[in-house]
Formats: sequence, C-alpha cells, structure tokens
Amino acid sequence: MLVDDFTVLENVMLGIEGAPLLGEATAKARTHLAELSKSYGLEIDPNAVIHDLPVGLQQRVEILKALYRGAEILILDEPTAVLTPQEADQLFLMLRRFRALGKTVILITHKLREIMAVTDRVTVMRGGAVVATVDTASTSREQLAEMMVGRKVLLRVEKAPATVGGVVLDVGHLDVIDGSGVARVKDVSFTVRSGEIVGIAGVSGNGQSELLEALAGMRRFTGEVLVNGKAVTGAHGHALARLLRRQRVSHVPEDRQREGLVGPFAANESAILGYQDDPACNGLILMDRRKIVSRCQSEMQSFDVRPCNPGLRTAAFSGGNQQKIVLAREMERDPALLLVGQPTRGVDIGAIEFIHRRLLEMRAAGKAILLVSVELDEILALADRILVMFDGRIVGELPRAEATEAKLGLLMAGVEGHA
Amino acid sequence: MAASSPTDIPRWVDYLVVPLVNLVVALLLTGVVVIAVGANPLDALQSLAFGAVGYPEAIGFTLYYATNFIFTGLSVAVAFHAGLFNIGGEGQAYVGGLGVALVCLGLGSWPLVIVFPIAVAAAAIFGAAWAFIPAYLQAKRGSHIVITTIMFNFIAAALMTYIVVHVLIAPGQQAPRSSDFAPGVRLPMAKDVMAAFGIDIGEPPLNLSSLLAIVACVFVWLFIWHTRWGYEIRTVGHSERAARYAGISRTRAIILTMLVSGALSGLVAVNDIMGVHHYLPVGWTGGVGFVGIAVALMGRNHPVGIAMAALLFGALYQGGSEIAFDIPQITKEMVVVIQGLVILFCGALENMFKPQIAVLFRRRAIAAAA
Repeated sequence: MLVDDFTVLENVMLGIEGAPLLGEATAKARTHLAELSKSYGLEIDPNAVIHDLPVGLQQRVEILKALYRGAEILILDEPTAVLTPQEADQLFLMLRRFRALGKTVILITHKLREIMAVTDRVTVMRGGAVVATVDTASTSREQLAEMMVGRKVLLRVEKAPATVGGVVLDVGHLDVIDGSGVARVKDVSFTVRSGEIVGIAGVSGNGQSELLEALAGMRRFTGEVLVNGKAVTGAHGHALARLLRRQRVSHVPEDRQREGLVGPFAANESAILGYQDDPACNGLILMDRRKIVSRCQSEMQSFDVRPCNPGLRTAAFSGGNQQKIVLAREMERDPALLLVGQPTRGVDIGAIEFIHRRLLEMRAAGKAILLVSVELDEILALADRILVMFDGRIVGELPRAEATEAKLGLLMAGVEGHA
Repeated sequence: MAASSPTDIPRWVDYLVVPLVNLVVALLLTGVVVIAVGANPLDALQSLAFGAVGYPEAIGFTLYYATNFIFTGLSVAVAFHAGLFNIGGEGQAYVGGLGVALVCLGLGSWPLVIVFPIAVAAAAIFGAAWAFIPAYLQAKRGSHIVITTIMFNFIAAALMTYIVVHVLIAPGQQAPRSSDFAPGVRLPMAKDVMAAFGIDIGEPPLNLSSLLAIVACVFVWLFIWHTRWGYEIRTVGHSERAARYAGISRTRAIILTMLVSGALSGLVAVNDIMGVHHYLPVGWTGGVGFVGIAVALMGRNHPVGIAMAALLFGALYQGGSEIAFDIPQITKEMVVVIQGLVILFCGALENMFKPQIAVLFRRRAIAAAA
C-alpha cells in the first residue's frame, strides 16, 4: 500500500525512517534509493507524488519499497494486470536480475504464459490445496491448465468467421468526466454491429471501465449514443440504466461482486438484479417469488452453475459460478447489445472456456457485443475488431487479422504512429 | 469451493443461541449489581419473572409494552434494511400522537369502526412526515440520518409541548394536556373483552393495538421480502454500486424507507394515545423509540425476531417495576440500570460473543463432516 499524497521517497522510507528527525535520514534514504534504482534498472523520480504517477510506476515504487527493506524474498500477486506487454517484459527482466543475486521471487499469477516465461518451478493450487509442484521446464501450458481445473481444457475456443449485420451501437464524441472533475473518456466514437465482437484493449485505468459504465447508464456522459438508431440521451441517473435495459442492452459489469450481484442475497434474488421491475416476475403488489426461483433454476441449469441451488446465498458461490449467474441473467434476456467487462476476471480456467464459448454463441446468434478486457489473450481470442484505449482516447483500431500482441502493446503504451 | 465467511453459521444459532447467550451474560452481570446493593439476585430474578408473567394483569402489561416495542422495533429494522439508522422513532411516535389526537378530537362523534382506520392512517402519516425531512436531507443533501433524526427528536419534543400547551390544551385546565377524547373513540380494552367472558384480568392497558402490531409484522415481512420496493431497499442497503447498476434510485429508496419507518413508529400513538391515555399529554413516549433499536438488533431485523425480542423487553419493563416494588434496596433507578445492561448486551454488544460461538459451531460441523 502506498500513501497517495506522499512522494516516492517518503513512501519508501515510511516505517523505517531511522531517526525522529527526518533531515539526515531523508538524505541517506535518497542515496540508497538512487543506488537501488540504478542497480535494478527501476528508474523513478524520488520527488514525484504518488497520485501523479501511472499505475505501472506505482507498482515500481512498491517493488523498490520491498528492495529498500532488504527483501530476500519478493512476493508478487498478479503484477502484470496493470502493465502493457512491454512493461511486463521489463518487470520480468528485473525479476531475473533479482534472481541472479541469489534471491527468491514468488509470482502469483493466473497467466500461464508468464509462468512459462519467467519461473523455474511452479506450484498449482486448486480449491485451497496444492495439487502439484513441477519444474517449469518439464511442463506445458496445457498440462498446467489441466492440473488447475482437474480435467482437460481447451485453451483456445474455435471461432467461426463473423457474419456482420447492421449497426446496433453507435457512439459519437462521448466524454465522461468523473466526480472529481477529471476527464476519463475523451471524444470517443465507434460502432458495434450485430454479429460481431468489438474488443476494447488497454492497460487498466485508461478509461475503458468508465466508457463501459457510461454506456450502461451508470455514469454521466456527454455525446451521442444510439442503440438500434434510437438516441438514449435525455435520461440520466437510474432512469438511464432502466431505459437502456428496456432497449435490450444487457451489461455484465466488471466488478461482479459489488455491482453485478448482491452478496447476502439468495442467488435467485441476485438473478433479477436490474430486472426487479420486470412484469414477468411481479404481481400487482407482491413479487412472484415462485416464478423467480424457477426461472433462476433453469438459468443455473443452462449455465451449469454449481451448486444448482437458487436459495443459496450469492456470496457462497465461487467466482466462476457467480460470474455464470450474472452471464445467465444478462444473456437469457435476448439482448440486442451485450456490454461485457472483464468477463473472466478471477474465474478458473475451466469456466473461462465455458464463458468464451457462450460469448461466441451470442455472436453467432447475431448479437452485438462490446467486450472490455485487460487480458490481451482474451481480446485476441474473441474480438473481430480491436479498439485500443490510452488516456481516455481511442488511439487505434485494428481488425483481428492485423492485430498482434506487439502492435497492441505499443498502442496501449500510448506510442503514436504505429498500427 | 464455497467460501465460508464468519456469518456462515446455522440460522437457529444466529437467531436463538447468540441472543440467549447475550441475555444470560446480561443477567449474570445484573446479578453482580444486585449483590452490590445488598439484595439477593435470585429473589430479584423471581420477582422479575413473577412481575412479568406471574398473573394475568402482569401479562397484560407485558403485552402492552411489547406492542409499542414491536412498532418501534419494526421501524428501526425497516430503516436498517436500507442501511439507515433511524434513531428518530421517539420523535416520530410523538408527532404520530398529534395525528391520532386531531382525528379523535375532531371525529369524536363518529363510530369507532370508521375512526379507527382514520386514526391509524393519521398516526402513520404524521410519523412518516416527521421522518420525511431527515430522509430528504439524507437523500438529497447527504446530511447524516443519525444526526438529523436525533435532532428531530428534540425538535419534536419542543414542537409538541408548544402545540399541547398553546393550541390543544383543554379549556380551563392547568395541566399540559388536551381535552379527553369522546368515549366512543377509545379503543376496546382486553380487560373488557375478557370480562365479557367472565374473566377478571385486572386493569392492564392492553388494547386492540396489539392486533395492529401483528398486522404490522406481517406487512413488514411482505414489504421487505416480497415486493420490488423492498427488493430495491435491500439492494441499496447492501451495495450502493449494485443499486446504481440495477437502475435503482437511491434517493427514492431512502425516502420510501424512511416514510415506512416513520409510519411504523407513528403507530405507537395508536396504542398509547387512543388505547390508554385517551387524551394527548406531553412527554408520553418515554424512550420507546430507543428501546426499538435494541429490539431490532436483537430480533435480527426480522419481524418474527422482533416480536420475540419485543416480548422480552416488555417483560423486562413490566417485571422491572415489580422488583422496585418488592425489594426496597433495588430502587426505580436501579431497575433502569438493569434494563440498560440487557439492552447493552442484547443490542449494542450483540457481536461480542458471536464470533466465538460461530467458531465453536463450525468446529463441530467440521468434526461431524470428518
């Protein structure tokens, strides 16, 4: 954890100042930090204030903090979620340097590619227990995936060519300004047509989340949004979210635990979140609980939610099954447009395969799908067109055939003039 | 892969064992207090129990108190479901009394069957109106509902004193109270009903309002768990972001919640003003709104739990006054201390033993599974 209002140096020193007066201690810390930065290739301005730094650099400060304390073992939990592929490569370079000094790195990650790229040994955990520990050199991605899930999984789902129809979502000059007056989305324009998946790639925190929330009616925006040719401007706040649902826009939110579901609710109650007004589940005054439960039961069956128990508390389901509850709710209502944010975040590999297959089935059924994901692999596996966002703007658009990880990585880092 | 959180204990443990442990600890501590003032705690307990349920009149008093606590307990619970802490039950009940008094004074010559529903509606509307202002300020301006509802208790007290003393005061009277209601608009008393069957139960204030309290329990259960409005309220209470996602208006949910909550508190006036006093006095609420907080906490915000907790607190209130009468060392003030201890353990400290009990039961469950 970093203190947002402190400088890099202050954060690094925090807790081990070494003296009641800061003058001398600061000078010492400054030279020590400079040495560390140099020897590990982690350049940083010690006087920069944390909240002015991009997330990638904040992570660098965290690592420097650990090194400053003379860490012999460095534990990193999903370190690349906030990095571009190039930044991730830099991080791995640093980790190798650390290893060369005879120190230890523990890397917790769900990305098999990273494990194969940087680790020496790998331990697989499933359901809170260690399944196996193997040398990285003697294993493969497929084998690891199988150990993680307990059965064979397809790492890549088959994708038929797209049959693209008319424009479903038309976004023109959309701006989002957040509560503290910062522009999060700047002049964004694009379309999504029926039968295609448009992916929005980018390092997390570059406006993708805000864009998705605006399109779902959860944030104020300016600009034009047309769904099936009908403008959705005019309404705002909760009325906008309702209006969009009436226009058959479904939304799988990025944060299923805080937004997509209500933890203490029974699963069948969470399964009508957003549709609580639907005449189908309401009588004149009372809700039709029996119908809600039976509908939830059939949704759970068709999405293979385990355990298939509509009365169970939502929070008691695993991440993958919670996500299936959300997907079932949003997909089973025959949407025209499906907005999907981080559909497989915190979901085990077996469920990822299932979710990807379902999304492609929706595409085949002629739905328009807008997919926001920080997982490049996911975007590359699913999207027909890829938009890259950097600092709130769309900085590039690539058809899937032309997209490579390297090209996307440069766009994600805000390097102009590529693609 | 089900994540087991500390709240994953069997319901009957949460609803029965935990409150029971809290109650026992409160009684043990009370015993220490009783010994400290030089009385025998077993005598005190016996006197308390006998005073609460030992004879028909005592039971009548206990049920009368419980009726009030059900109304305010439900009021606090409804607000809790939206994540709001309504401390203003006291003021809302007080203002509800004005509604009842106006109806009973104005429609004194009408038959009771017509006046009763109007008086109930007036109590609810006046209570709701008094809760509306804090609700509006919370929803639109972010003024914290705890602060505003507390302040509104004081405002209600001042306002009602003014109205009773300067507007509604009985002509030619010195005492600060309104004129008496006409005999035709007084609620039927339990003692009269029982007398018709030839049973003498003394003079308890128990009246028709207790049936209204049962209706209120059913209403709250349906409203919170079986209507879309209750659904929206609970969503707002659990997660503001989920509410935003679902297109639920937080403003509307807060205001609706507080209107219902205020209305329930207002119903206390039906019991006390229309059922017991038959005129509007000043300062008649006597802390019933605050006891509602403890009742709601102990009753886990569920109508069944609230009814049970209200009965317990009713028994404590009634039994407590009996102790003061029986045992001279235990003064009236001492009884308040004892009641306070029970409220402290059952209400405010209700999570003190819960984690340990939860651990105990989880161990047992694991042992049983192995």
